[in-house]
Amino acid sequence: MSEVEKRQDRSPVPSAFEYASAPESREIVRLEERYGLFVGGEWVEPRSEEYAPSVSPRDEEPLAEVAYAGPEDVDLAVRAARDAYENGWSDLAPSERAKYLFRIARILQERSREFAVLESLDGGKPIRESRDVDLPLAAAHFFYYAGWADKLEYAFPNRRPRPVGVAGQVIPWNFPLLMLAWKVAPALAAGNTVVLKPAETTPLTALLFCDVLRQAELPAGVVNIVTGDGRAGAEIVKHPDVDKVAFTGSTEVGKEIQRAVAGTSKRLTLELGGKAANIIFDDAPLDQAVEGIINGIYFNQGHVCCAGSRLFVQESVSKEVVAKLKRRMGTLRVGDPLDKNTDVGAINSQEQLERIRALVAIGEEEGAEIYQPPCRLPEKGWWFPPTVFTNVAQSYRIAQEEIFGPVLSVLTFRTPAEAVEKANNTPYGLSAGVWTEKGSRILSMASRLRAGVIWANTYNRFDPASPFGGYKESGFGREGGLHGLAPYLEFDES
Amino acid sequence: MSRLPVKKTYKLYLGGAFPRSESGRTYEVEGANVALASRKDLRDAVRAAREAFPRWAGMTAYNRGQVLYRVAEMMEGRKGQFAELTGSEAEVNSAIDRWVWYAGWADKLAQVLGSSNPVAGPYFNFTIPEPTGVVGIVAPEEPPLAGLVSRLAPAVVGGNVAVVIASERRPLAAVTLSEVLATADVPGGVVNVLTGRKGELSPVLAGHMDVNALDLDGAGDNIAELERLAAENVKRIVRNGEGQSPWHAAAFLELKTVWHPIGV
Repeated sequence: MSEVEKRQDRSPVPSAFEYASAPESREIVRLEERYGLFVGGEWVEPRSEEYAPSVSPRDEEPLAEVAYAGPEDVDLAVRAARDAYENGWSDLAPSERAKYLFRIARILQERSREFAVLESLDGGKPIRESRDVDLPLAAAHFFYYAGWADKLEYAFPNRRPRPVGVAGQVIPWNFPLLMLAWKVAPALAAGNTVVLKPAETTPLTALLFCDVLRQAELPAGVVNIVTGDGRAGAEIVKHPDVDKVAFTGSTEVGKEIQRAVAGTSKRLTLELGGKAANIIFDDAPLDQAVEGIINGIYFNQGHVCCAGSRLFVQESVSKEVVAKLKRRMGTLRVGDPLDKNTDVGAINSQEQLERIRALVAIGEEEGAEIYQPPCRLPEKGWWFPPTVFTNVAQSYRIAQEEIFGPVLSVLTFRTPAEAVEKANNTPYGLSAGVWTEKGSRILSMASRLRAGVIWANTYNRFDPASPFGGYKESGFGREGGLHGLAPYLEFDES
Repeated sequence: MSRLPVKKTYKLYLGGAFPRSESGRTYEVEGANVALASRKDLRDAVRAAREAFPRWAGMTAYNRGQVLYRVAEMMEGRKGQFAELTGSEAEVNSAIDRWVWYAGWADKLAQVLGSSNPVAGPYFNFTIPEPTGVVGIVAPEEPPLAGLVSRLAPAVVGGNVAVVIASERRPLAAVTLSEVLATADVPGGVVNVLTGRKGELSPVLAGHMDVNALDLDGAGDNIAELERLAAENVKRIVRNGEGQSPWHAAAFLELKTVWHPIGV
């Protein structure tokens, strides 16, 4: 331990750590050349006749051709979901429904390496994260909600819960399979059927998931996967036979969806953007806090809606924290997502990379001071080095807008009241972090921060039993836990 | 020797005070000249509500429950007046009883709606309800008192503050209710009551960027347009309807989940 500490204090930064590459084999993944849509338990050609490649962000290699669903395709998928709902699924004994979900959880565990490798290939996230976070959590979500399927009347006593019907679900590209699990598991546990659209840049694990459904012998049409871009998502949202819409993605699109369902009886939950404050008090265990800062912003390349992208450090320790942070950033290994040593993988798409670059350029123009540790970026693919801005004012765009990349803005404060004021000064309210050794301060900060998830002396923790979701323009409704079931149920209260 | 009665001026209830509309307008309804609130009055009401929010939300739930119970007490004392305005003693009774029922919920919501979450790791993790903030309520036209109370009480019991657009055709009961609230230890600004044209006021309420949630039950056939306006800052759309339920209160509440490591 003391040796580690000594090494951390050594100057210059230990960026010269050389690791032999340890690539995860991609042999385990077998991809089709071309994928249709998964509708009514079968692969069908899209009526739209449109296909586009899904490209690996690590080297821009086209991995497979994927169908782009049109209005007619979405309609067929919704019909298949309705048919499955009316003819079997909603009449099935809840205990049997539970067993299907348990099966899916188990199969995901059994095939987790295959899914992890594909997730990293298609999305660019480090294999260490897809293997240790995305896959275990996705399986856990199915296992957790499986258990609820035949216990709904205990979850909602005196409310006579029943399913909503057909759920239309649109998910983002940052945690493709995990977001699928967050959406599909509670929907099925509550007795609904599903039409799900994965993101256009990361459809492959959702398509491989269809093979899990085959192995689990889930009845045809209970889950339908339609790939495509935003147009397909909009078709799902506005389809008259979709009873419930669930969306995870940007606040901008979330507002469009809310407008689209206005005046209808559709149920809606939105999990949108964030600009979370991660607040470090001077009495915090600083080395742990620095680990929390790193995990908060560089986890998954910062492609995280709850990323701790605004760091608030108490003035008395700000120099020390920033110095420790920069030193720690120097040890982050940026590179091949399939390398087991990689900490920061590839940026998910060219488009996202451009957006990050543009906002970072604006941050420099606005007068913030930029720091990026020296690191060699691969020549092919889409990359952005871990970045921190100091000298940031509250009014800067990098302190206000969601960058959705590995870019941290550092601000300072003097008193707890100032920290609360600054942290809450945002239209978002998804998450926040607090670091202090003082218990009473943790509780007071936790209650004054206007955000749906508060991580105290930790950051970016997720669990199927733990409700997740935002305040204000970060959306409404919760996913996870007992609370995550409610959006998928109707209640006949006496 | 008949005595000429003193008539009441029906005004707005805004930030704990009873001003006329800043526009100077009134409209004649139910035999009185009632304030015809302007869009500016509505914006002032939202500001008053926002200012009152920290204090109301920060009260102990026990204290909030006592204040709401006192609303029932004050209403009971003015039962005759309310019966005259509504034309229905049964409606007044049910409105009073509804306050009593919700008063008792104030310090129970967190236990019914919250949870302790068994996460797979060394963390203490719990979820508690918190108020969403400023709530906009477009009260139904009928019944003029119980319709409003059924929507207002579940909004404020959990710590939210409210801006109410009263029944347009029968606003007097709502104004009289605000006189009750003003004498029941409800801090000024927690409830703000506007009278006037729903068609003029509702779009401003629905589109206001500092309103967090809406109960549009009384908005008539304009709901789709109001919900579109509400999307601009992702307002929560509440569809509670009649009756009483802790879930009606829950519809105005956020859920906050807190994680902390367990260690030595």
